[in-house]
Amino acid sequence: MIAIIDYDAGNIRSVEKALASLGAEYKLTRESAEIADADKVILPGVGAFGDAMSKLNEYNLIDVIHKVIKKGTPFLGICLGLQVMFEDSEESPEVKGLGLLPGHVVRFDPSYGLKIPQIGWNSLVDVKKCRLLKNIYSGSYVYFVHSYYVKASDRNDVVANALYGNMADVAIEHDNLFGCQFHPEKSSSIGIKILNNFVNL
Amino acid sequence: MHTIRVIPCLDVDNGRVVKGINFVDLKDAGDPVEVASAYDMAGADEVVFLDITASSDERKTAVKLASDVAEKLFIPYTVGGGIRSVEDFRNILREGADKVAVNSAAILRPSLISEASEKFGSQCVVVAIDAKRCAEGYKAPDENMVPDNDTARVTDPSGKWTIYLKGGRVDTGIDAVEWAKRAEALGAGEILLTSMDRDGTKAGFDIELTRAIADSVNIPVIASGGAGKCEHFAEAVTEGHADAVLAASLFHYKELEISEVKRYMQEQGIEVRL
Repeated sequence: MIAIIDYDAGNIRSVEKALASLGAEYKLTRESAEIADADKVILPGVGAFGDAMSKLNEYNLIDVIHKVIKKGTPFLGICLGLQVMFEDSEESPEVKGLGLLPGHVVRFDPSYGLKIPQIGWNSLVDVKKCRLLKNIYSGSYVYFVHSYYVKASDRNDVVANALYGNMADVAIEHDNLFGCQFHPEKSSSIGIKILNNFVNL
Repeated sequence: MHTIRVIPCLDVDNGRVVKGINFVDLKDAGDPVEVASAYDMAGADEVVFLDITASSDERKTAVKLASDVAEKLFIPYTVGGGIRSVEDFRNILREGADKVAVNSAAILRPSLISEASEKFGSQCVVVAIDAKRCAEGYKAPDENMVPDNDTARVTDPSGKWTIYLKGGRVDTGIDAVEWAKRAEALGAGEILLTSMDRDGTKAGFDIELTRAIADSVNIPVIASGGAGKCEHFAEAVTEGHADAVLAASLFHYKELEISEVKRYMQEQGIEVRL
């Protein structure tokens, strides 16, 4: 069973439907026991970094997240769910992230003259050989909605980038930790393939 | 690279896809969920669903449509038609829609735009605008047509467009460019701009209108109304400065394939997802 962490993060419905279309068993939950027992965990997210962290705190989800990661449960952060896996964000400087991986979340540089947030399809570049992006290649298009992006301190954790003025780290893999800045559940057949890679880990 | 989007629009009436010429003469043609999935396979970047009856008949848009679509469509989609309140936004977004398009209700009560964008983020607030060029001898409607919207009215009608209420039936006298700027300032994340003069004509998008609005705002503008051939889509981007292009019947009746349009755009040096 895949636990989708329920912390009022918005647009979780699409993640559920995408998993259902793959025939995966999933449950939307904020019960620590259920999350702890899950085969895999997904942390979705839409909204602001600070709000997301305060909701995770409010629902007492921080401890169980650290627990499942320690015991090796595959853990996938999507969009803001990826961002909170890092140390902190320029969006909410006073708030600490989960700190599961070293690195920071920064705002797109407006001096490139691009519209912020980035909303739309962008191509993956420098796709590395990894489990999350198995059979996905550089040049594949995925769907993004974000104003901030991850800068991972350990470059080995980065398995794909995308260029939007700045070169953003948009897919992450480190042992049992996975993350994507784009929305696989909105990225057509490519996105479904990525979710399927996670489901079949 | 970030891409220009090609968006099929499905006009939906009582759960069925329809598309009329100039908003009348509706033809029945298919199940929205099936048609939308087919568009996903065909390379559509997004899909827009407009419940055209809802706005006319003052009914609320089918939340069920948003929910049915979520089961099968794995690209972003927008639902519009008859949206009146923040509650309508909430109900539709909760079902899995990415954006909600609002038209008449925002003209009648502009604060709906700010309320929705503060609550759900501007990325999910699409302001749909039905604009018509002021013809020779244009006669402005009563100033008090929309008393709660103080956006500038057209005073000198030459080279101007006004916005219409209720599926293009009622002229407000409000300047379309001014309204687009106002919508952005209130928190709209995107403008879905339909030229009423061109809609259904296949004579091409209204490039002047599209450019006038795209150059006045910093949010994406979706050009709509008038597409008839591949060149029209490319022009809307290169000359009209649109960020996305939309068509309905053209794709619906397979007069053009989305992939054909995208390939042509790519040949013209426009970045698309292929």
